[in-house]
Amino acid sequence: MANHDIDITVRRGTVHALMGENGAGKSTLMKILYGMQKPDEGTIAINGKQVQLNTPADAIDLGIGMVHQHFMLADNLTVWENIVLGGEKLHGMGSKAKAKIQEISDQYGLGVRPDALVEDLGVADRQRVEILKVLYRGANILILDEPTAVLVPQEVDALFDNLRELKAEGVTVIFISHKLHEVLAVADAISVIRRGTTVGDADPKTVTARQLAEMMVGAELPSPASRESTVMPDETLRVDGLRIAKTDAEGIERVVLDDISLRIRRGEVLGIAGVEGNGQAELVEAIMGMLPLDAGTVTLDGKDVTNELTRARREAGIGYIPEDRHRHGLLLEAPLWENRILGHVSESPNSRGILLDPAGARKDTQRIVEEYDVRTPGIEVTAASLSGGNQQKLIIGREMSHDPKLLVAAHPTRGVDVGAQAQIWEQIRKAQREGLAVLLISADLDELIGLSDTIRVIYRGRLVADADPATVTAEDLGTAMTGAARGHIESEPDAVAEQKATAAEGTEAASDRSADDTQAGE
Amino acid sequence: MTSPNPPAKRSFASRFDGEKILLALAAPVLAVLLSVAICSVLLAVSGKDPFDAFDVMIRYGTASDGQVLTLNRATVYYIAGCAAAFGFRMNLFNIGVEGQYRLGVLFAAYIGSQVDLPSFIQIPLLLVTAMLVGGLWASIAGVLKVYRGVSEVISTIMLNAIATAVVGLLLIPGRFAPAKSANANAIQTAPVSESSHFFSIETAGGTLWGFIFVAILIGVLFQFTLTRTRFGFDLRATGRSETAAKASGVNVKRMVLTSMAVSGAIAGLIGIPELLQSSFYFGQSIQLNLGFIGISVALLGRNSPIGIAFSALLFAFLDVSGTQLPLHGDYPQEIVLVMQGTIVICVVVAYELVRRYGLKRQQQKVGAELAAQAAAAANKEVAA
Repeated sequence: MANHDIDITVRRGTVHALMGENGAGKSTLMKILYGMQKPDEGTIAINGKQVQLNTPADAIDLGIGMVHQHFMLADNLTVWENIVLGGEKLHGMGSKAKAKIQEISDQYGLGVRPDALVEDLGVADRQRVEILKVLYRGANILILDEPTAVLVPQEVDALFDNLRELKAEGVTVIFISHKLHEVLAVADAISVIRRGTTVGDADPKTVTARQLAEMMVGAELPSPASRESTVMPDETLRVDGLRIAKTDAEGIERVVLDDISLRIRRGEVLGIAGVEGNGQAELVEAIMGMLPLDAGTVTLDGKDVTNELTRARREAGIGYIPEDRHRHGLLLEAPLWENRILGHVSESPNSRGILLDPAGARKDTQRIVEEYDVRTPGIEVTAASLSGGNQQKLIIGREMSHDPKLLVAAHPTRGVDVGAQAQIWEQIRKAQREGLAVLLISADLDELIGLSDTIRVIYRGRLVADADPATVTAEDLGTAMTGAARGHIESEPDAVAEQKATAAEGTEAASDRSADDTQAGE
Repeated sequence: MTSPNPPAKRSFASRFDGEKILLALAAPVLAVLLSVAICSVLLAVSGKDPFDAFDVMIRYGTASDGQVLTLNRATVYYIAGCAAAFGFRMNLFNIGVEGQYRLGVLFAAYIGSQVDLPSFIQIPLLLVTAMLVGGLWASIAGVLKVYRGVSEVISTIMLNAIATAVVGLLLIPGRFAPAKSANANAIQTAPVSESSHFFSIETAGGTLWGFIFVAILIGVLFQFTLTRTRFGFDLRATGRSETAAKASGVNVKRMVLTSMAVSGAIAGLIGIPELLQSSFYFGQSIQLNLGFIGISVALLGRNSPIGIAFSALLFAFLDVSGTQLPLHGDYPQEIVLVMQGTIVICVVVAYELVRRYGLKRQQQKVGAELAAQAAAAANKEVAA
């Protein structure tokens, strides 16, 4: 179930923020509001009138407009052509339409030039075109899906000015985000979604970022409690002077990773904190050998693997839990045992020499299914038929089965239910005690603080700050993630103690619950 | 949680899941039936009796001479289908089978006419020549894709056109064709040496080409490579999800180069049975469009070596028995082309529908089974 018992009331002429972690169900809710998906039960009312939204066309008719995270513009057309496209009946295709566009642009201070080619526009301008496109079709309720994900801070400020302008003209804006400070800066009202349901509303004037984070992540989350350090002196991973630059569509070189140096010792979990899109994905891909480096070296267990291909790195002992398991971790239409081979095709028990060993792989898949509690009727079913949590457990079982020296774990518990989450944490801890080094990337700050031995903060492709998880709070970490704090960050001891106390309560609640779960499963 | 039936040994029944087979057969059978229906309507509209026409085809197809011809034709189609399918299995659309096979057979014909070695060296030499030429020609598209990002669909289509020109260029008398030809009008290579002739089996229905065994060997090797080797796993993984394959460590660039070359090498063999068993020279009489028929055959056979065997036989049967239509009752032979075309279109649609249905159905089944397990566990708990 992606959504259940969602209750939201949005007032006219306000910016209403919808917050929640990734996978909390924000996108599903938006799809329902925009008529792309039908709810199983419940009602939607606009201006007090109950409505039925079967297709996006219905939503548009009712004045609901959506600006997607990924822009839907034709590059080779001009701005006004893009806006008129599909809405030719509204104001024609000639000078009248152009005048109308100019009028809307001026009215809301969007500053759009109708005759510019879209391919010449930057990201922020394209977004304004998308907004204008929606307004042109008569929308007075605007849904923005993570609009700031692609923008740099100055552009974010400009967007917020636009939103305030829209609000002043009576347009209602629903703003989806998981970035605390942005929401606090622009929203008039906040609704928080967690695990598919609304957990509460907040008033941005009185709520603190910390309280919001707690609502989002949920105090009920089992927070991994602190424990004895298992860090051993020898280095497992060493990254020096990593740099990757990409040239974007406008021909401007954007540095995605710059001067990244880090070490992970045996038995150490290094957590990387950062707002998504600050280079985490590229860092992971660089270490896995999936992206070419512009500079820098990667050393695994004393051996330089900078020029090794992905397979050689995996054979050398890197386990990989990808961020997007459907794109990078699984063959969805292949049976479980073939998925068990994926990534380890050259290793026992999957193959002998150049020949596959399907019998060996099947037997070992059965073992993983049992040891890692993958809930499945058998190993011949396709990976697509498992739930997200069970898919993740299969991936973790597979990666752990080859005694990795280093585990690169990107959001290992994203979209996973509470019981499975606790299990996954326990498995990582167990392997850590046996000397596994872990690079942990997570958007869940409590997970980072609870699991890591050291935390580094990544901001716009650089490691800008570091912290000791024992002496930092999620709030201060959040501040550093926005680039506001640099160097070594340490929180007030009182705040740390308070956080630990809430975390401990949460752990108890969760362990009770996961105990129930296991009973039910026996 | 322990699984109720630990499948350490897979039972016979689990290997042959009835529902899976039913789903796999549903699409092609439906497609064939639908195309028969469409063709019946077409024939009826043009004032011919469709049942009589099919009767003519079936009667010839079940006669022994028709069967031998069908098998010979199917041999060629099977190789063509395998050539296309090898690329398709990793989402590599080698449309250039046509050009690859024509160049392959031309070079084999030329070498065969110039060299005369004992059969056990001569024949392998010609096979290797054809595979090498076909593989190299296909590799041009592979290299362009990997290093320049050129879509293989575009480049192989272009290479087909270029291959036609190259063949014409090489067949100018004095090059691959003898300067003084016995038949001044026909432009063709000299016949291959006697030692190049491939063995054949004389049957009551005519001469069965021995090359059918080579085709079977190709199929067996293809299947083995796909299901039992690391390379095959990488190939299938890339076909299913390129991103996942890349993350898993598959060197996708190298896979593209290899698969393109292998696909081209198999394509090089397509013309060989004709060359070494029947015509013995390369000339204007060479059958065109085999590469494109191979693509259709591969699509209908779902890119699996066993499926391709059935679809090659079907296409061969339609072609061979179609030749009888004008002879017995003035039926248009073209109806066979219509039938082949509609089969392919229907089957592509049907496969996609069946695939989606199968995925959804399995998801539901798994959900139901898990719910049943959970319910059973709860009951036990209550009882205890």
